[in-house]
Parts: sequence; C-alpha cells; structure tokens
Amino acid sequence: MKTFIAKRLLSSLVTLLVLSMIIFALVRASGNPAELLYEYPGAREEDIARQTEAWGLNKSWPEQYASFVWNIARFDYGESFQYGTSVRSLYFDRLPNSLLLAFWAFLISMAIGIPLGIMSAVRVDSWWDSFGKTFALLGLSVPSFFVALLLVLLFGVKLEWLPFLGKPDSFFDWRHLVLPSLALGWFFSGAMLRLTRSSMLEVLGSEYIKLCRLKGLPETVVIVKHALRNSFIPVLTLAAVNLVVMINVAVVVEVVFSWPGIGRLLYDGLINRDFPLVQGVVVMAGVMIVGTNFVVDVLYGYLDPRIRLTR
Amino acid sequence: MASDQILVTSPPSGVEQVSAVAHRSLSLLREAPKLPVGIILFVALVAIFAPLLAPHDAETSVKPIKIFAPAIYAGGTWDTALGTDFQGRDILSRLIYGARTSLIIGLLGTVFAGMLGVTLGIVSGYMGGLWDQVIMRITDAKLALPSLVFGIFLAAVLSPGLWTIILILMIVFWTRYARVIRGEVLSLRERDFVKLAEVTGAGKIRVMFRHILPNIMNTAMVLFSLTVGVAIILEASLSFLGVGVPPPTPTWGNMLADARPTLISERWTLTVAPGICIMLLVLAANLLGDWMRVRLDPQLRNR
Repeated sequence: MKTFIAKRLLSSLVTLLVLSMIIFALVRASGNPAELLYEYPGAREEDIARQTEAWGLNKSWPEQYASFVWNIARFDYGESFQYGTSVRSLYFDRLPNSLLLAFWAFLISMAIGIPLGIMSAVRVDSWWDSFGKTFALLGLSVPSFFVALLLVLLFGVKLEWLPFLGKPDSFFDWRHLVLPSLALGWFFSGAMLRLTRSSMLEVLGSEYIKLCRLKGLPETVVIVKHALRNSFIPVLTLAAVNLVVMINVAVVVEVVFSWPGIGRLLYDGLINRDFPLVQGVVVMAGVMIVGTNFVVDVLYGYLDPRIRLTR
Repeated sequence: MASDQILVTSPPSGVEQVSAVAHRSLSLLREAPKLPVGIILFVALVAIFAPLLAPHDAETSVKPIKIFAPAIYAGGTWDTALGTDFQGRDILSRLIYGARTSLIIGLLGTVFAGMLGVTLGIVSGYMGGLWDQVIMRITDAKLALPSLVFGIFLAAVLSPGLWTIILILMIVFWTRYARVIRGEVLSLRERDFVKLAEVTGAGKIRVMFRHILPNIMNTAMVLFSLTVGVAIILEASLSFLGVGVPPPTPTWGNMLADARPTLISERWTLTVAPGICIMLLVLAANLLGDWMRVRLDPQLRNR
C-alpha cells in the first residue's frame, strides 16, 4: 500500500510539473507577460519594470522556471493588475461562493442523473430508457450558458418566480441558488445518467445477479440491495471528480447569474487583460484536479487491492 | 495462368483506391440516421450560400440603432423577419453568416486537432520509449485541466481572431485523439502485417503512415465526429465570454453574448434563436457521432 501511494504521488507530481512547464512555455512563447500591462489603461513604464522585476523576467529561462514553480508551490501567483492585491487573497475570498454553487449543482446532478440512470438500466430498451438516452444527449448537447439564459428568461423574467442575479445571503437561501445550480448541474446530470446506466447494466448482467434471481429474490431486493451497491463505486467516483470540475468550469454560469465565484474572477481577469489573475486561477484548477485524482486513486487502491497491483 | 492471377490480385491503382474510398463513404452516409445528416447538410448549405440567402448584410445596421421585434409581433416587419439586435442589425442574416463561422471553426479546429493527435498518437504508440513518455506525460497534464479553463487560458495569452480560435481548439483537443490512437497502435504494432512490413525493410515512417495509419482511420473518424460537438460548444462559450472571434463578425456565441443585457426587456428571440442553432448543430453532431461509433467499431458499443 505504501509503495502504491508513493507511486501515485510521484506520477501526480510529474503531471503537475509537466502542466507547469506547458503553462510556462505557452506564456513565454507569447511574449513578456508583464508587457500585457501595456494594454492596461493607465499603466506606466515603472509599473512594467516593477512587474518584470517581481516575476524575475530579466533572468535566464531556467531561473525563471524555477521561481515560477517555487511560487506555485507557495500558492503565490503575484499581484492582480487591476486590483493591486495578491491573486491568492482574491482567489480565497471567492472560493467559498464557488464551493456553495458547485455543492448544490453536484446534488442536483446526482438527484437527476442517478434515478434516471437506474430506471434506464432496469427497464432497458423501454420508454424509460429512450427518455433517459434523450435526456443524456440533451445534457451533453445544450451548452450550459444557453440553459442558464433560458432559465433566466423563463423563471426570472417571464414568470418572475426567482431572482437571477447575485449570491444568496445564507447557505439555505434556496431562491438564489436554484437557477444557477440547475444550469451548472444540467450538463453533469447527463454524464451521471450515462455512467449510472452503463454501470448498472454491467452489474445486472453479472453471474451473481443471475444467482440472486434464481434464488427467487424479489426484483426490488435484487436491484436495491445487490445491483445498486455494486454499481455505485464508479458513479460516486465520477461524482466526486465532477464536484471539483464544477468548481472550475462554472465560468459561463457564474457570468450569466453574476455569481461572485472563481469563475467570475477568471472572467474578470480575462476581460480586463489581468494576466496574473487568469494564470493564478488556471494553475489552481490544475492543482485542485490533480489533487482530487490522486485522492480518488488512493481510495480506490485502499478499497480494491487488485488496483494496487495493476498500476 | 500464374501471371493472370498476379494481375488480378495486384493492388488497385491510386484512382481506383480513391473511388473505392468515395464509394464506401457514400454508402456509409446512406445508412446514417436521416435527421442529424439532414441538419448538418442544411447548416453546411446555409453556410456555403450565406451571401445568396441572407436578406441583409450581417455586419451593418439595416434599421435605426434600436431593437426591433420579429415580424409576428407588433412593430416588426417581414423585411427583418426575426427582428434586429441592439444595433439594428438583421438577426436572420447574422444567424446565416454565423453558421459559416461556427461551422468553419468547429470543423477546422477538430480536423487540425485530429491531424496533430493522430500523428503524435501513432508516434507515441509505435516508437515507444522516450517519445511515448514525453507525449503521454503531456497528454496527462493537459487532461488535468477542463477544456474550457484551458481554452480561456489560451485566449488570455493569444490575441483574438478566427485563426486563433482554430489554433486554440487544436491545442485543446489533440490529446483526446492521441490517447485513444496510441492504445490502438500498441496492439496493431504486434500484428503480423506490421512485422512483415518491418522484415521487408520498410522504414519506420513508412510503417507508421503507410501501414498503421489506414488501420486507425475508423477510430479517428469516430473521435472526430464525437469531438466536433464539444468543439462547437467550446467556440460558442469563448465567443460568449467575449474572447472568441472579434465583433462585428457574427458567431452564434457572440450573438448570445450581445443578447444577455437585453434579457430583462423580454426580447426572447435574441437569446433563443442563436441558442437553438447551436443546440441543433451540436445535437446533430453528437447523434451522428454516437451512430458512427457503433457502426464503425462494435467493440466500443458498451462504453
């Protein structure tokens, strides 16, 4: 188990290192990032000189890269062009809002995806199944910003049922939460449905389910007690990974609903050519996702000894 | 007698090969589900004949700078059947020209990503060793970032434009191909026809692109058709965020972005029209992709 964890940790670190190289190379290939400040209104020569100095852009490439990695390791992403404060504090100010949104979207995606997936698998090739397939296809084909705009049009403007701008005052203020989390959860519920369905189908075709049925167990017991439990492992893994992905890809949804999360921060940085901000949010996304994958892998290895040997 | 035999079984000439490929893809198209093929052909035709079909110019105002309602509402005229946007530009014409941009970007981006991904996938799988390590580590690292986040990062670093978006799609999506193709090449590498080619003295490049490439084309096509939809969505998202093709060129994504401030004024056509276009095109691409996946590779069926 220890060697397994060590191996996974090493490969995660390699992934992060390569990711930092890609980001570093892409940024340097496009020129001096401090000069992006020129496009920023009111930037003066000395501001650029100061940024160049702060990022060590006048040093050699290997030195620059080393300090880049060192800064990432300390969660130091420099100062935002537009706010003048550190990107780190901006980021961690906004993170709780993103977590809140992602958490509810995560619940919605599971509440829609899992039951529909189970129904599709249990009644395969029936009306339910076609409904589930259509739903999953729509989930994957309708861009989330269009869903968000439609929700605003229908429930916010036409029916005037729900507010559609800004964030809630408390954790349980569901009125502000419903539309954004529905828009964000929409895409992921399609993916959850597909995975639940295929995972259930695989388990339902297995020998031990046949045995359960031969024993004469009622169908509900077969499904709920035997099939469901075993098909849940991949589903829950995907759900956990999705939660982290949702935190990071909520950009368009947060823009539509003016939700003050990290997606909105990324958009802010993008529109205002605030390069350190964009780079910080992107690097954090990579760190967060690689970290989650590592934890999930280790948990898998802990639960299933076979995995420890194959990887 | 023997020489006749050889003549009959000799490999077809280039012309025959091309016509055989054309024949095969035509018969494949005939079997395809009608609805998605119809939608894609329709969009393609609209895109090609945009200047003939569009009633107005897409980038200049045809009415005073103000939003006009669609023809079926009070205040609308049939001259601008779907109404105008906030600058008085005809929505219908913008949709028609937008089909052009969306389709060109989506298709070219996916094709270029495919060419890069397939090449690197083959090299990675066939050459092995250091090549494999380097290419696969890059793939792993890239897959750690969601494509939207990576796309936004690239958009922040590069200056916006049509070709920039195509480049972004290429950089974002090549890893999807490389991963799968590499896996396929790993098993092809051990097959007899590759061994025989090697024994006959064929060089590495010849083996890779003359013998292995034709055998992974099916997979590449399936991946292509499954990626087009995602690519169109990514393009639309970037345009929606204001870092796609710069205005005044119409794309469905930036039309949606233009429509966002007008949401409260209940001009719902401004939002719904481009949104439905994106949705239908992506839906058609995904349906076709799903069908092709099952048709060309039965092994993928249960994934």
